[in-house]
Amino acid sequence: MKVLRDLLFPSMAVLCAFLAGALIVALVGDSPVETYRLLLGSAFSWPDGIGYTLFFATPLIFTGLAVAVALRGGLLNIGAEGQLYVAAFATAWIGITFANLPAVVLVPLCCVAAIAAGAVWGAIPGLLKARFGSHEVINTIMLNFVAVALVGYLTQYHYRMPGDPIMETTPIGSGAHIPRLGAFIPGLPARIPLNIAFLLALLSCWLVYVLLWKTKWGYEIRATGQNPAAAEYGGVSIRKEVVLTMAISGALAGMVGINEVLGYRYRYYDGFSDNYGFTGIAVALLGRNHPFGVVVAALLFAVLQRGGVPVDAFTQLVSKDIVLILQALVILFVAAEAAFRRGGRG
Amino acid sequence: MKLELRGITKRFGAVLANDHLDITIPPGTIHAIVGENGAGKSTAMRIAYGFYTADSGEILVNDQARDIRAPRDAIALGIGMVHQHFMLVRPMTVTENIVLGAEPGSAMSLDLRKAAAGIRALSEEFRLAVDPDAVVEDLSVGQQQRVELLKALYRRAGLLILDEPTAVLTPQEVDEFFAILRRMRGQGKTVIIITHKLSEVLAISDNVTVMRDGRVVGQVKTSETDAAALARLMVGRDVLLRVDKPAAQPGATVLAVRDVTITARDGARRLDKVSFEVRAGEIVGVAGVEGNGQTELIEALAGLLPGSQVSGSMSLGGRDIRELDARRRREAGIAHVPEDRHRRGLLLDFSLWENAILGVHYRAPAVSGVGGVLLDQAAIQRRADLVIREFDVRPPNASLPARALSGGNQQKLIIGREFELPPALLLISQPTRGVDIGAIEFIHRKIVALRDSGCAVLLVSAELEEVTALADRLLVLHNGRVAGEVDPSRATHEEIGLLMTGGRA
Amino acid sequence: MRSILTLSLVFSTIRLSTPLVWAAIGGLYSERSGVINIALEGLMLAGAFTAAAVTFYTRSPWAGVGAAMIAAAFFALLLAVVCIRFKANEVVAGTGINMLFLGLPAVLSGALFLSSGSTPQIPQDELLPTLSRLLPIAPQWRVLTDVSIVSFLALLVVGLTSYVLYRTPFGLRLRAVGENPEAADAAGIRVNRVRYAGVVLSGVLAGVGGAYLSIGQSSLFTRNMTAGRGYIALAALIFGKWRPVQTMLACVLFGFADALTIQMQGVVKLPSGEDVPVQFIQMIPYIVTIVVLAGFIGHSRAPGALGVPYDKES
Repeated sequence: MKVLRDLLFPSMAVLCAFLAGALIVALVGDSPVETYRLLLGSAFSWPDGIGYTLFFATPLIFTGLAVAVALRGGLLNIGAEGQLYVAAFATAWIGITFANLPAVVLVPLCCVAAIAAGAVWGAIPGLLKARFGSHEVINTIMLNFVAVALVGYLTQYHYRMPGDPIMETTPIGSGAHIPRLGAFIPGLPARIPLNIAFLLALLSCWLVYVLLWKTKWGYEIRATGQNPAAAEYGGVSIRKEVVLTMAISGALAGMVGINEVLGYRYRYYDGFSDNYGFTGIAVALLGRNHPFGVVVAALLFAVLQRGGVPVDAFTQLVSKDIVLILQALVILFVAAEAAFRRGGRG
Repeated sequence: MKLELRGITKRFGAVLANDHLDITIPPGTIHAIVGENGAGKSTAMRIAYGFYTADSGEILVNDQARDIRAPRDAIALGIGMVHQHFMLVRPMTVTENIVLGAEPGSAMSLDLRKAAAGIRALSEEFRLAVDPDAVVEDLSVGQQQRVELLKALYRRAGLLILDEPTAVLTPQEVDEFFAILRRMRGQGKTVIIITHKLSEVLAISDNVTVMRDGRVVGQVKTSETDAAALARLMVGRDVLLRVDKPAAQPGATVLAVRDVTITARDGARRLDKVSFEVRAGEIVGVAGVEGNGQTELIEALAGLLPGSQVSGSMSLGGRDIRELDARRRREAGIAHVPEDRHRRGLLLDFSLWENAILGVHYRAPAVSGVGGVLLDQAAIQRRADLVIREFDVRPPNASLPARALSGGNQQKLIIGREFELPPALLLISQPTRGVDIGAIEFIHRKIVALRDSGCAVLLVSAELEEVTALADRLLVLHNGRVAGEVDPSRATHEEIGLLMTGGRA
Repeated sequence: MRSILTLSLVFSTIRLSTPLVWAAIGGLYSERSGVINIALEGLMLAGAFTAAAVTFYTRSPWAGVGAAMIAAAFFALLLAVVCIRFKANEVVAGTGINMLFLGLPAVLSGALFLSSGSTPQIPQDELLPTLSRLLPIAPQWRVLTDVSIVSFLALLVVGLTSYVLYRTPFGLRLRAVGENPEAADAAGIRVNRVRYAGVVLSGVLAGVGGAYLSIGQSSLFTRNMTAGRGYIALAALIFGKWRPVQTMLACVLFGFADALTIQMQGVVKLPSGEDVPVQFIQMIPYIVTIVVLAGFIGHSRAPGALGVPYDKES
């Protein structure tokens, strides 16, 4: 019964969001049917549709997990965007600075850099909340702006290829490249950027599941999120949990860097994130903060993102920003359906 | 003003709180509604006041059927209510609180001076002394209650409903309060008091309605009944009004508290140089009106207050525990049944088995395997089932969320969890608040059994009857100090009451 | 250094604080009634876009402001329904509204103006006027009143809010509902109705703040032009302890920091003689917000029931 409810309500939210979105499209003057056909249709072709959809899903799984873990701990992490930028740059920096190391050392090193940088950038608002009580929502958003500026500065002034008009760093060493799935799957060309980071994302889902429900650490995180006064009574240090939860959340968001830098562009490319951090919020909420739900929700949004390209190209008036609107509507409807989730009276 | 409830039925989810109630309150009387916790008394009155709407039935005021859908409808009819937990806006002044919703002046401008004058007049008429410009937060509980009464009187209530009004009063304050009620009755007002304290019912009321399990089981004239009869109606069987307790066999000192002072963040002293001991095999009770330092004492002993706020020495079995955090204290053998089980004691949306390991979730047997990180589901389940069985938690299904249990069963779960540690010292506060009588008897027996197994017990309770029945020694706290220690088997409620207000026995 | 501290710094501060004041005071009405309003950012964007679009078509900035107030009020009402009627988590719902305005202005401007997010430029004389243009002032004093009428009105709004909050029944009820909704209900007040009023008012005021950004301070709407101001306004509200005058002062502080960094650009140099990279200047307002919030939150006392949906039968 609970499983049915867990499936039904998110589905209803998505449906309502799509209906409202259709209304907006109609208001703007385009055909909702045509727009949705483009939006949803292009995701299922092989190899490009499915390949790109899974590639787009990868960062969304990471940020979705990041927000989900934070929410389980009672925290709202709006800073995934900043965390992933800092992590992506850190990973590129390692890849550039230690370009001569062999892959067997460099790849793990780069991955650690991404995770560590994300964890640190996430831990900062955690520390601010634990020590000063300042709300993580405002602090993470502020740090997003700081991160973008910081990383932009480093790229522009220190790591750009001379003469390159694009805001991107020099390439990372070839030892840092991680293989594309095209190398293992017949029929999938190597030009499609889907890489083993996708498998890492799925692994992370399983690890988050184990962490939250099978370990004592996860118990403490969830207890703190459920009722901090009771958790404290049970001997849990709330301050420690806040910092730990935000660090884990940031680390997960940071893994986006692995997909982007090590598996796709092989350098840090400024502004690469297509709102992954914010979409992660929608993904986590839709997936009811559960790793397995996150995967499904990430796939849905990846389908939409893939569909945004033809919508941009082939419709007169609607742009791919309709995807952003749909995500926002999903968040609103999911938030509203919390009223129905509140079960029996105590 | 006459009030009548006919056929009132109210359901909350699976719980039938009111089952076809028929209650008649004759005008100009003091009418008591009694029943144990969960009988449905508060619900019925909240329906009369418009806080809830009944699923079926009708309300008649002065023999006319009335539609009461919100408090403002009740207020318009002249019904006032003082709730068990005061409905006051703490940072605002007395005047602001009293006129809220009935503000004098115009929509553009609030005339607080006129209000204050009106309040002073009322307060003289009923002899309810209060300073209109005081901030509610700074008032004592007794004064806050007076503000609540004035709120109803300001709106010219003809009928006053008072929910557990004496829960927060000392015995002396209760006498003053009863005098106020008699004055109101003299003015022609009708007063309904909801209570579970039979002695008070007999002292003040003209008529009594007894409720049990959501139904009215009796309506009698107070002069024609007695405590035993009322208790029998309340519970449906003969009730043991005293706990059968073998004599204590105290052993070595387990807890020694010396000159403990607790200073809150605003500088106020919540506890002032308190010293006492608790020995193994004895129950030391702490009586006192809530807010006199009991909460802080227990939280300090449990390790839940920041160390900066606590000074003095606390030792367990000779070992200084001041530096230990909450986790280490539990490891040292201190168990804690908190006074607010929803806030401190339970993770309401978690299952019973997850709640059963709260506090011991990080060590064996709850964890096993590599580095003691993974939760051992089988061991946890075993422990949960043990607690549920030994402590009669119903329904006995460990995968239910804690929220689904009744107050009594939630409390039994917490007690079971803490008793199974097993503890050397038990800190237990308000053990039977919001718990039905069957569970009360069970919990009392379990506490005594734990004492007899050699545990030291520190019991805090605002229910004088409970704490005098269970404790072997009784301390009375007033204003953060130990006002005195008495022998609970011999001291009278009047003596204890005097200590509770700071007098000397 | 002296070249920085000029009269232009004062005017710059006024200009930069104005949208913050409107948004923060708007937020005050919502939060004092107990509803967290994270959506100030999105509501400002709603106001900014609507004002620019409507002013372009009607050539009247007053129509633009009016429309901005209505549009922002509409979305504030949406937020109110989701939070009050459906008892959603207010921070999540507010984030949803903010995200809506990452995309909605772009889609609408794409449809109306075939652009990727900006509205067309509006000529100077159709923008919100300064006091010097509205009042008959002699030319030599004109420079002193080179302040937008919106800034002047902001001051009035603060004063009015102070009065409303503490000297009218509405204000008393608003505060009661935010501190202890059960007590207000017991006193016969329609708690949710008061909260709806608070949230919608916050939309109206934030909308004006946004309108000022697009048709007062600049001459068009660009994508995400609020750049976090809605969040900074919220920080100012917290810093100002949810009180009108103190909140205004907090906004002025943030505006001043912003103005200072803009003046510093090109003036303050690194020891090497080069300009300070623009990114560091950009970071300053956000870092200031973090520091201020960390330093002062402990002393701030939020409305007692802030963030808790009122559910009678629970």
